[in-house]
Amino acid sequence: MQELEQILNQAEQQFAAVEQAAELEQIKARYLGKEGSLTALLKGLGKLSAEERPAAGARINEVKQKIEAALNARREALQQKALQSKLAAEALDVTLPGRGLNVGGLHPVTRTLERIESLFHSIGYAVAEGPEIESDFYNFTALNIPEDHPARAMHDTFYIDEKHVLRTHTSPIQIRYMQAHLDKYKHLDTMPDIRIIAPGRVYRVDSDATHSPMFHQVEGLWIGERVSFADLKGVIADFLQCYFESDELKVRFRPSFFPFTEPSAEMDMSWGDRWLEIGGCGMVHPNVLKHVGIDSEKYIGFAFGVGVERLAMLRYGVNDLRLFFESDMQFLKQFS
Amino acid sequence: MQFSESWLRSLVNPSLTSEELAHLLTMAGLEVEESRPVAAVFDHVVVAQVLSKGKHPDADRLNILTVNTGQGEPLTIVCGAQNVSVGMKAPCALVGAKLPGIEIKQAKVRGVASFGMMCSAKELGLADESSGLLELAEDASVGQSIREHLELDDHLLTLKLTPNRSDCLSLYGIAREVSALTDTSLSPLPKTSFVQTSAKKIAVKVAVPEACPRYVTRVIAGVNARASTPLWMTRRLERCGLRSISAIVDVTNYVLLEMGQPLHAFDLSKLNGDIEVRFAKPGEQLQVLNQQNVELQPDMLVIADARGAVALAGVMGGAATAVDDATTEILLESAFFSPSVIVGKSRRLGFGSDSSYRFERGVDFSMTQAALDRATQLIIDVCGGQAGQITEVLGQLPDRKSVTLRVARVQRVLGMPLESKEISQILSRLGMEVKQNGEVFSVTPPSYRFDIAIEEDLIEELARVHGYENIPPLPPQATMSILPQVEAQRPLPKLRQALVMRDYQEAINYAFVDAAWERDLCANNAPIALKNPIASQMSVMRSSLLGGLLASLRTNLGRKQTRVRLFELGACFMPVNGSYAQSERVAGLVYGAALSEQWGTEARNVDFYDVKGDVEALFAPRKLVFEAAHHPASHPGRSACILLDGQVVGWLGELHPQWQQQYDLPLSAVWFEIEQLPLLQAGMPKITEVSRFPMVRRDIAVLVDEAITAQSLIQAMQAENAPNVVELALFDLYRGKGVTEGKKSLAFRVLLQDTQKTLTDIEIEQSLSQLVIVLQRNGAQLRE
Repeated sequence: MQELEQILNQAEQQFAAVEQAAELEQIKARYLGKEGSLTALLKGLGKLSAEERPAAGARINEVKQKIEAALNARREALQQKALQSKLAAEALDVTLPGRGLNVGGLHPVTRTLERIESLFHSIGYAVAEGPEIESDFYNFTALNIPEDHPARAMHDTFYIDEKHVLRTHTSPIQIRYMQAHLDKYKHLDTMPDIRIIAPGRVYRVDSDATHSPMFHQVEGLWIGERVSFADLKGVIADFLQCYFESDELKVRFRPSFFPFTEPSAEMDMSWGDRWLEIGGCGMVHPNVLKHVGIDSEKYIGFAFGVGVERLAMLRYGVNDLRLFFESDMQFLKQFS
Repeated sequence: MQFSESWLRSLVNPSLTSEELAHLLTMAGLEVEESRPVAAVFDHVVVAQVLSKGKHPDADRLNILTVNTGQGEPLTIVCGAQNVSVGMKAPCALVGAKLPGIEIKQAKVRGVASFGMMCSAKELGLADESSGLLELAEDASVGQSIREHLELDDHLLTLKLTPNRSDCLSLYGIAREVSALTDTSLSPLPKTSFVQTSAKKIAVKVAVPEACPRYVTRVIAGVNARASTPLWMTRRLERCGLRSISAIVDVTNYVLLEMGQPLHAFDLSKLNGDIEVRFAKPGEQLQVLNQQNVELQPDMLVIADARGAVALAGVMGGAATAVDDATTEILLESAFFSPSVIVGKSRRLGFGSDSSYRFERGVDFSMTQAALDRATQLIIDVCGGQAGQITEVLGQLPDRKSVTLRVARVQRVLGMPLESKEISQILSRLGMEVKQNGEVFSVTPPSYRFDIAIEEDLIEELARVHGYENIPPLPPQATMSILPQVEAQRPLPKLRQALVMRDYQEAINYAFVDAAWERDLCANNAPIALKNPIASQMSVMRSSLLGGLLASLRTNLGRKQTRVRLFELGACFMPVNGSYAQSERVAGLVYGAALSEQWGTEARNVDFYDVKGDVEALFAPRKLVFEAAHHPASHPGRSACILLDGQVVGWLGELHPQWQQQYDLPLSAVWFEIEQLPLLQAGMPKITEVSRFPMVRRDIAVLVDEAITAQSLIQAMQAENAPNVVELALFDLYRGKGVTEGKKSLAFRVLLQDTQKTLTDIEIEQSLSQLVIVLQRNGAQLRE
């Protein structure tokens, strides 16, 4: 059966030489097709004796399987090759820029405010808000600043009319919140603690490189049965160290005066070899508590206020306050 | 308040350096804003006298002096100053002296040896400019160190005093505080030695004793008003920031600084008849010392004579009765005016004075007469004269009520214990009268403290003197509870983030704007106006965020930006029934290319529908309705109001070409403004059963008149509630070939599905034909 070996060799050689799938199928027909050489051999089995037939048949089938295997292998190889060249042709320049919309950004003051809110939120402070056109009562009187008090001169106030001002601080929010809180829990013997921060825009008649007629403040308030000046110092120091992410940062408290706190303090923070004023604070003045109907004997509270722009300037190294309100995208985009 | 450290140290002298003293004051609540030496560091400069003066042989402008410096032989010094004269005394820097910037060496000046340098004030760093040598007093002691002679080893301290500490508005007051803080003894004020030598007095009537509880006067006759103020006094005045004016005025100012008691001297010859302290009469006028003519108001306290007001009590004297060089007889006034009567007046008048500043904060009413005596003594010392009898009108002085202080309360407020012994010591040092009854004190503040009324005031005093630094910072202890969170409410940061992700940059603009913006962009002719704006273009409160965003856009175009996408969150203000409505809004303004310039994307400018997509995304999944409506800021054909559940929640539009031109924008801009509240009320997710059966899509294409809006057709179809229709949306709009002019072709996608079974063709066709009928009823013509 020399012939079979020849056929197998020939088929294998021819398959290997083929580069096109269609050609491969044509060549397949030469061996396995109706007129194929192997098919002819199979047909020729009938001429053999019954003794010879099984062995010859088995050998032909063996060769047939080998040819089919070679065919399949070549088919697979050609498919792979075609796929490879298709993929190669489809290759992109992956370094070309991506398309579509860009991403915008938050204003640095907002970024700072959100950071402050989240830091205080982590120790259970809720956020309270209030109106920017505020009554004289809430902005001053309820905060223990009667008319004509020299402390009013400390606030360069924008007036809307005789009885309304642009709030000079966010402290009026504290008054409004205390009133609402007290009302909400009037059925209880002891009201739950008040723990809020009051962020917002405030206004002062002042404009230069370090003063803006509109700026942002965050005030904090904690009222409860066991709140002390030592706690105030603890919270402020904790906040500033977390805000600036520096355990080395030192905080200093100096006696000061605000009509709505007693004792009052100015908070300073170490910055290089200097002390920087960072805000005011103190224990809520009993008159303020009395104004809203909170028993100042039972409850004690502390309050503090910080300038948001100031914290942002220190944190990001911005040296001119006016940049915040110019809306220059080149400046703003840096905080995205 | 500025003062000289050496003056303070003459009253109290704790063993602290200047720096330590400043720190002590700051940490006690008397903030030292500035501390600077009177003179720069220099040495070897002495008082010298010029003995002879001769021309330099080789230089016209130079003189050769012989100078007595009080040490050894007179020195030869070459000097270029023009004011030099024989006999004059001036500072001389000896060889080896180090002056600011130069060191003095023996040198030849144009060939002549010079053994030192005669100095000007500038050369000693005492003045920015000076001409010629600093001329010293005739009695200056030759050879004395100039630093000693001029008392230059001194610091100027500036205190930033809080309004409650009027007791520290004088040297004596600061000294009293330092004494208390350091437990160092306080020198008593100088005793007076003059005797009353004249019986002359002026009758005084106080018509309003509650406004002026104490009024003390004395006539001093035979004064020489031309006398010159002694050097030590002018020096102290200058170091406190006051210029010397005339001897009598200088003395009143000196006592003001020393004791904190404002005084006033009238020229007696210019007064007519008796003195009355009363409120001003209607229409009364007074020209005061700063030459302003004041229209007096009935709540202004005045000093009057028989003819009318002669001084604005506690604020400023009248020009007509002021002392001058020719004055020989004065009426010296020392008074205690109630703070409530003086307060607010200087703000209303537009001017104040050192007097009003003190009276409105509170002046020690126990020192009224002592200050008058002190001034009398100084006037007699300087100007001569005969002191008259004191006239005092005394009413009801403020009552210093005792304040109860509980040791336990101190601990509770401060968060740390203070021993009753320390409490008692601190309060006593502060001049308080302290009575102790176990753990409770009864404390009476001194007459000079106007800020001690309640227990907390005393607690602050204790904390202050004990030292705020010595109170430990404690981590607070509290009952823990989770803060409530309303899930249906979207947090503001998420709203901001949504805009940021759609390529908007946040801006923050002033809430006060140009009235023209309100008029142009909001047709608002009566915005809320500020009574005292800082500039006319910041004079009214915004009723829309658009004006600020337009200004921001212009700023950026001016800085060569070509694509600007801004948003802002903030309050807008509207007058409502005599009050003010304030609503928080969010607005956006988009200008330039829809996408930043990029490869493979056809460049086009942003349009109405781009921004509409942004607005819809902000509200998603809630559905908005847009209705064509006019807005003064927008192009009339490209303007819509935004409705949510039938309520107008905002506006969307392309800027009106008129404003585009007026605000110098090369391209048009698209803007939106939405109320924050409905945006944040996002609601809870609404869940329905999800069908497992196949969804079928059918498209309907129709021709309609241009005037018919897509939304009206969709709404009409939705209203039909055709069975199994789960979504209806426009997916194509076509105009042009094959479509008659004035018409447009709209294609709608209809999705149908049932939750229980697969839909049959009959069911699908039934629903679809229902929709087609609705469309036809609304003027649409089916396209085949």
